[in-house]
Amino acid sequence: MAQAAIELIGINKSFGAVRANRDINLEIARGTIHGIVGENGAGKSTLMSILYGFYQADSGEIRVGGKPASIKTSNDAIALGIGMVHQHFMLVDNFTVLENIILGAESDALLKKSIAKARSELERLEREYGLEVDPDAIIEELPVGLQQRVEILKALYRGAEILILDEPTGVLTPAEADHLFRILKQLKEQGKTVVLITHKLREIMAITDNVSVMRQGTMVATRETAKTTVGELAELMVGRRVLLRVEKGEAEAGAVKLAVKNLTVKDSRGVTMVDDISFDIKAGEIVGIAGVAGNGQSELLEAISGIRRAVSGSVMLDGKPIDLTGAADPGELRDRGLAHVPEDRHHVGLVLAFEENENSILGYHDDPRYLKGPFLNIDAIMADAKDKIEKYDIRPGNPRLKTANFSGGNQQKIVLAREMEQDPGVLIVGQPTRGVDVGAIEFIHKRLIAMRDQGKAVLVVSVELDEIRSLSDRILVMFAGRIVGERGPEATEGELGLLMAGVERQEAAE
Amino acid sequence: MDVFIAIVQILDSTIRLSVPLLLACLAGLYSERAGVFDIGLEGKMLVGAFAGAAAASVFHSAFLGLGMAIVMSVAFALVHGFASITHRGNQIVSGVAINFVAAGSTIILGQAWFQQGGRTPALQPGERFEAITLPGASAIHDVPIIGPIYSELLSGHSILVYLAFAMVPFTWWVLFRTRFGLRLRAVGENPAAVDTAGISVAWLRYRALICTGILTGIAGAYLSMVQNGGFVKDMTAGKGYIALAALIFAKWRPVNAMFACLLFGFLDAAAIRLQGSPLPLIGKVPVQFMQALPYVLTVILLAGFIGKAIPPRAGGVPYVKER
Repeated sequence: MAQAAIELIGINKSFGAVRANRDINLEIARGTIHGIVGENGAGKSTLMSILYGFYQADSGEIRVGGKPASIKTSNDAIALGIGMVHQHFMLVDNFTVLENIILGAESDALLKKSIAKARSELERLEREYGLEVDPDAIIEELPVGLQQRVEILKALYRGAEILILDEPTGVLTPAEADHLFRILKQLKEQGKTVVLITHKLREIMAITDNVSVMRQGTMVATRETAKTTVGELAELMVGRRVLLRVEKGEAEAGAVKLAVKNLTVKDSRGVTMVDDISFDIKAGEIVGIAGVAGNGQSELLEAISGIRRAVSGSVMLDGKPIDLTGAADPGELRDRGLAHVPEDRHHVGLVLAFEENENSILGYHDDPRYLKGPFLNIDAIMADAKDKIEKYDIRPGNPRLKTANFSGGNQQKIVLAREMEQDPGVLIVGQPTRGVDVGAIEFIHKRLIAMRDQGKAVLVVSVELDEIRSLSDRILVMFAGRIVGERGPEATEGELGLLMAGVERQEAAE
Repeated sequence: MDVFIAIVQILDSTIRLSVPLLLACLAGLYSERAGVFDIGLEGKMLVGAFAGAAAASVFHSAFLGLGMAIVMSVAFALVHGFASITHRGNQIVSGVAINFVAAGSTIILGQAWFQQGGRTPALQPGERFEAITLPGASAIHDVPIIGPIYSELLSGHSILVYLAFAMVPFTWWVLFRTRFGLRLRAVGENPAAVDTAGISVAWLRYRALICTGILTGIAGAYLSMVQNGGFVKDMTAGKGYIALAALIFAKWRPVNAMFACLLFGFLDAAAIRLQGSPLPLIGKVPVQFMQALPYVLTVILLAGFIGKAIPPRAGGVPYVKER
């Protein structure tokens, strides 16, 4: 094994009562790509934030290049040659690429010299690593793949020898992700050390040399990637065997429950986001909508669930039209058997300041079951909440706890329990497992398939291709507001990826 | 020719009236570009006006007065910073509190020190900033057109007027051509980006607020030591708020800010000039209408005529590291 670029010895970090990292030991070899996997909340990001000087460890030692290092601020980390590409990009959106790159690393009190220097340096980096980007482009006008490239350039400009990437592929299309991996490999060949934090095991297998697995704040294992399997890593991550693909029988599709015809929706800026879309969902099937975020899926969901007004087209629920003028009352749709699990549970699905039991009936609070005359029947609501907590394994199982104090996965379970337990005929779900860990994903997938097997019509919109492929009986791919293809569940990732990137459509147009 | 002279005179008072707005507007620009909303411009100007007039009258020096105006105004800006940056308090509440404290304390201290009903003693020559006559102003006074424009409009203002207008290109230069400006704009858009680049968000915002304090101090000194010969209670009369409106109107850009403030100054000047005199076609307009016009226009302009004004994205939000 080559010399260690970074050694972490006995790192501990607590946030209040939560021990985010306990006794972490980790050695990262120079010139390798080292993966760190774990569920949400396993402590990966905390560990890397300690390494980048964003947080301070409570105890433990960091060695960089064999020498003990004290990293108190990001500045110290940068000086030691550590660069980080954050999950949410740390870019100023209305600045140019060059301005973002020099921010904090200006060579002079006046910008002119700094910019000139950065420009020539950027050209060199471009030649060396094939990282092409227009230095004068405004960040917000660049696609996310390029924004990420700017983040990488920022780190390299500061002389980073060790590059940490936190969940870098979450926002990328498969093609962009492949491009990123090529860049990372090239960096490795140039002798840089790359640390890749992810929860996607496929990426770990594809690109890393070594992989470390974290679980509940501890480092459970480090393996050579070539000598491990996806199954073993998944087991290490959750501490038990998980189904990566949920078993399910053939769909027995019945009558059409939801029919969308020529639906066109504009967003608040007046841009057409959903462009003349038609599809049906039948009882007893799951239809998945795949696509890179921002291709109209959100607007489609909002229009169907009566939150956003449509420009034209129709949506029929059980053969009767849904009011698309924006006057539709989501409560009325609920009564007609349409349940909606919104994409953004924090802003639309839950009131985070409410107690769990209040959220578990939100929107159904007019139901006579929860009422005693004009008042809420607290006993019935509590009993109902406890029932759902048990059935959906919501943790911690305290219906009086403020919803904000639940983890992302458990918050999602609260929303799902509320909507599914109303026994709707049609269930539309946006990003069912966004920010949810592996164990909970399996549970949620099983519930969705159980809904299908009970003869419900289920629409799933997700940016996770694995999820779409694992759940759907039919897959629709959205690109630029249109459905550009329909495939069966056997479609390959590559095939769907091309559709998602709009490749087929462009070729057809040429 | 009478009309021409009248126009020159209106423009001349436009310049005088827009100076405090311009200084306050640029002051707000520094702090808001750094992501700190400052509704306390009004209060800081008032403190500056009082401190300036009081010090000038006690020490018999205009420059000492100006210095004291700046020091006190900066002190109030730092209070705003302490509340809203260090302690992550609500910036609006802190700003409003500063306005109240300023309005109350200036009157109380003024009465306690000078016993003139909250006023400061009338400033004597030498304690005020006098008008500066530009070279050759009297020589070309009688040349048609150019003469009056030079000698009336451009010449004959106090040094603070020239300073205020010089601050416009200077502020632009600082903001868009220096490292400090780049960081200041960045911290108002995405403080996390600044933090991860290894720069202190708090210190950067404090420095922006110090710039704000200096400029509101000068604005206050202008009110009590140039426009007026001493401090009168509540003499800012809402100028801090108009400056904030001008800032939005100017979309947080220095050169736009100058034009916005000149427009508001012009409306003020026109209102004074046209009081009681009949307008062609319309006839006699009530004084109150003319006085209300700048505010009416502000509302109309802000309501839709200037397009979308996008404030700095991190404005109003105290910076907290994630988690």
